[in-house]
Amino acid sequence: MDTYLRRTVVWYGGVGLLAGRVLRSLALPPKYLRLVVREIEVMGVQSLGVALTAAIFTGMVFTIQSAVNMARFGAETYVGPLVALAILRELGPVLTAILVGGKVASGITAELGSMKVTEQIDALRTLGVNHIKRLVVPRVLAALVVFPLLTILADAIGVLGGMVIMSLERHADMWAYWNTTTYWVVPKDFLTGVGKAVFFGAVVTLIGCYNGLSTEGGTEGLGRATTATVVHVTMGVIVSDFFLSKLFLTLFY
Amino acid sequence: MADPIVELVSVRRTFDAGEVLRGVTFTLVRGETLVVMGGSGSGKTVLLRLIAGLIRPDAGQIRVFGRSIEGLSEEELLPVRRRMGYVFQGAALFDSLSVYENVAYPLREHASLGEGEIAERVARNLGLVGLGPEVLRLLPAELSGGMKKRVGIARALSIGPELLLFDEPTAGLDPTNAKLVAELVQKLHGGVCDTVIVVTHDIELAKAVADRVAVLIDGRFAAVGPMTEILETGNAAVQAFLTGEAR
Repeated sequence: MDTYLRRTVVWYGGVGLLAGRVLRSLALPPKYLRLVVREIEVMGVQSLGVALTAAIFTGMVFTIQSAVNMARFGAETYVGPLVALAILRELGPVLTAILVGGKVASGITAELGSMKVTEQIDALRTLGVNHIKRLVVPRVLAALVVFPLLTILADAIGVLGGMVIMSLERHADMWAYWNTTTYWVVPKDFLTGVGKAVFFGAVVTLIGCYNGLSTEGGTEGLGRATTATVVHVTMGVIVSDFFLSKLFLTLFY
Repeated sequence: MADPIVELVSVRRTFDAGEVLRGVTFTLVRGETLVVMGGSGSGKTVLLRLIAGLIRPDAGQIRVFGRSIEGLSEEELLPVRRRMGYVFQGAALFDSLSVYENVAYPLREHASLGEGEIAERVARNLGLVGLGPEVLRLLPAELSGGMKKRVGIARALSIGPELLLFDEPTAGLDPTNAKLVAELVQKLHGGVCDTVIVVTHDIELAKAVADRVAVLIDGRFAAVGPMTEILETGNAAVQAFLTGEAR
């Protein structure tokens, strides 16, 4: 129990310290900007399929389930706003962060962890290179761009998927559905979701980088670190989503 | 007056498995080649990592180029490290970069050079370690162990270090390649970088390159001096190590 507690404290402390070092190293030399662009491509373009597939099916299933059950109370008219609010405020940012974050962060852990166990990180350090600026900051900056953009696309596709399935399955009038949705949904519903995505992007990338940089124990340790990243990212997103929701509800509603 | 490049005073370092260094003290002056010998797990690599600032000591002082480094942050250590070259036991080449890009890496990071000048310096450094243009486009995975070590040396030489740190340069090499690397260390000492610390358990390498040898036993230097003195020392533990009878 003691060892577990110590490991947990060390892990949280380590991620916090890494976040501090990233903040102090945010000013990148111009030659590193191409690394940010490359990471945006790796994270964003290659994760688009996953994010959008999850969004459209989640939107559709949530809509069908809501429609069938709300019809029992005569409230089917409100399926549109319900689905849109759920997607914009929760499902869009959270699902994107868990799916894309798990994929991105485990990839980062594998890459940095492999560099760690083969002493390539130490080689960078001995060459006088700031490895945080070179390896971590470009990934964090890229995530701050990619996660909100993917979330916006996921939001749009999710809401659209719901609207289409309502039309096909429940023969709803799309124009009325859209009008009801836009009547009840306000910009801050969308913006708080995007705000969450920015936060999740930073958290997910920091977890991936920290687990990679602290990998020990050769290839076996690398496997453990990569698996741990997927769990840490999922838990990190779910737990921090609760506190972010509380914060946003207090501040903006 | 001799110019001290590295000074260690009562340096101690403990890991989970126990105390590895128990008060190491020595001074390395400019122009000197010090060979640190000792058995596996004796703390030789730990010593090099401490000098490079990759890890911190639990106690004691480490001065490199006249500056105490034990309390410096990672960012403050960077300019100190830029004045030294570190050759890793496994070469630690960047595995996704070609030989050319590996050797050019420090130049791209720290020097404002045109591509032509970078290419010229890469070719010169690879030439120093006996490698020609045929290896430039190869990836580290396509190189033999000896070639990897030599590329690692060429990379360490890229930014003109004042101090070179070699971690087991002949480990895992066949006798021919080991001799080649030993000759290379000697050649560097003559010109490119004249202050060198070599960590090894290879007595032949020590005989070939050392101005002084320090034998690390039980976390302390049991003997320090020219190789001829070390070979004749009356210290039983040192003799046991040198004759391969240490347990």
